[in-house]
Amino acid sequence: MKRIYAKEEVCIGCRLCEIHCKVEHSRSKNIIKVFKEEVPPPSRIIVEEVGPSSFALQCRHCREPYCAYACIAGAIYQDEATGEIIHDPGKCIGCWTCVLTCTKGAIWPDLRGPRVAARCDLCPERDEPACVELCPNEALYVVEED
Amino acid sequence: MLTALLPEFNIERDEDRCIQCRVCERQCSFDVYGYDADHNVMVHREENCVACQRCTVLCPTNALLICESRYAYKPNANWTREAISDLKKQAETGGVLLTGMGCDKPHKNYWDHILINASQVTNPSIDPLREPMELRTILGRKPDKLRIVNGKLQAPDYPSIELSTPIMFGAMSYGAISYNSFKSLAQAAYEFGTMFNTGEGGWPKELRKYGSATIVQCASGRFGIDLEYFNDASMVEIKIGQGAKPGIGGHLPGEKVSEHISLTRMIPEGSDAISPAPHHDIYSIEDLQMLIHALKEATDYQKPISVKISAVHNAPAIASGMVRAGADIIVLDGLRGGTGAAPKTLRDNVGIPIELALAAVDTRLRNEGVRNWASLVASGGIRNSSDVFKAIALGADAVYIGTPALIALGCTVCQKCYTGKCAWGITTQDPYLSKRVNPEIGTQALTNLLRAWSLEIKELLGCGGINSIESVRGNRLQLRGIGLEDWELETLGIRGAGQ
Repeated sequence: MKRIYAKEEVCIGCRLCEIHCKVEHSRSKNIIKVFKEEVPPPSRIIVEEVGPSSFALQCRHCREPYCAYACIAGAIYQDEATGEIIHDPGKCIGCWTCVLTCTKGAIWPDLRGPRVAARCDLCPERDEPACVELCPNEALYVVEED
Repeated sequence: MLTALLPEFNIERDEDRCIQCRVCERQCSFDVYGYDADHNVMVHREENCVACQRCTVLCPTNALLICESRYAYKPNANWTREAISDLKKQAETGGVLLTGMGCDKPHKNYWDHILINASQVTNPSIDPLREPMELRTILGRKPDKLRIVNGKLQAPDYPSIELSTPIMFGAMSYGAISYNSFKSLAQAAYEFGTMFNTGEGGWPKELRKYGSATIVQCASGRFGIDLEYFNDASMVEIKIGQGAKPGIGGHLPGEKVSEHISLTRMIPEGSDAISPAPHHDIYSIEDLQMLIHALKEATDYQKPISVKISAVHNAPAIASGMVRAGADIIVLDGLRGGTGAAPKTLRDNVGIPIELALAAVDTRLRNEGVRNWASLVASGGIRNSSDVFKAIALGADAVYIGTPALIALGCTVCQKCYTGKCAWGITTQDPYLSKRVNPEIGTQALTNLLRAWSLEIKELLGCGGINSIESVRGNRLQLRGIGLEDWELETLGIRGAGQ
């Protein structure tokens, strides 16, 4: 499975990853339309910042997935083969239990349509996740892990 | 106090494109932007803008345009906007006007008045893509005559350094530039087979592995110097002067002397690092000779010793003395050479252009029969590969580049290095800003620059039917002047175009 890692030493805290994440998960995927005409989706990546230190955080695909344990609808589960945490929006009932239990703060409520949880899906429509590809300082990278 | 200065730049924001993401606000280190939550708009403090263009480049919707200010005084050829602004600044502060980078005045740029020759009919040009081209450069003293023992050519007795291309990175100290910038220069020089110069701010231990690509400086402040410092490097440079500010020293403010810089420079944390204007042990050529030989002793005669001076009016005579004092390499730093901080009046008015100084020094050393005693490195004002080619044809063995390397790292020559707030993370020690240079990207950008220039120099060689840079050294017949007066052609030692 793919995992995104951050290089804290070169993350410049510009938060463009958050912007590009919103655009990628929007209806139009047009940056100006997303912010001017649509309700932007929540960003599935968040820049944590303390003083000069910063890094971008998204779903870590925890080995102990509290979100999956807590999900009352069976919408979040761990792929047994790869360990990837998968979220099925079709089953999600928007109870936000996962949002509460996520120890990383990496799941957000998406209130645009049917209430579903939003978390990093590694941009399945792209070769590389938007945040990784568009980071201006190459502070994010993808590793393929077993 | 109310300032009478007009904003230098206008900021035009296309509100139809701005998405209030506040990237501009986060990226600006000069406090230009703010966010008005009540109206969901970005607000500007134009008077703070230095046109570094960091916000423009990072803006994800291209909503920003930073342009020359439309605020204007009545046009006047004598009392220009710059002249008026400088006077107002001095009236408000009573201080010396500081600036960064090199002289920005429109003094005649001789590179732009020199044209290069090409082969036609009588000597064939060479296609560098199909035939080998030699850019390898050796710096150091060359023997007066070849020594042959039993029919075999003997290696010269003098230490030398070998470069894969005649382009090196000029002295920029850790302190003047950020660690990531310094590391990028070191790595790029190492990867490309050329040299970078540590400047006078010491040499961090963890970068000693790049010793084969490192020139260390011994300047008037003598920061970070010990025996290992000299012996881990490939060459030692005595810095007497710097093109941007001939005759004056340096001052790294205490707030920039972090723990790591304090370790590297061997001075207490937070203390000002002051480089005196002169070396207090060098008041004559004889004194210089003593330091050169002290350094040769310290390095067991294994490292070439270079001496760097600013290009000043009597540079040829001084250079002659330096060669006789034992310098293996002479570095001339011209009027347009850059700096982290210098008094504006000095930067813009002191020294002479490198083109003239270089030609004059080369001519003088040739006339005196000592040209082979030292290599000549031109520095300060080299902008592109053709400048390198012209410098070599005027007599240089190699060149140092500083500003072009910084531009490759992101610099936009906004001249605010002295503020320590470089928004591109280059001339700053602020940990929030210095992260903006990613050493991996920086190293790649710098090696790309060296590669591109080297390829272009090969093209220039090829069109002239020359397959080795060695054949261009001091080959002034490759050059012709255009728009130059007789005295200029004579100093440059070249003929006019058409002659």
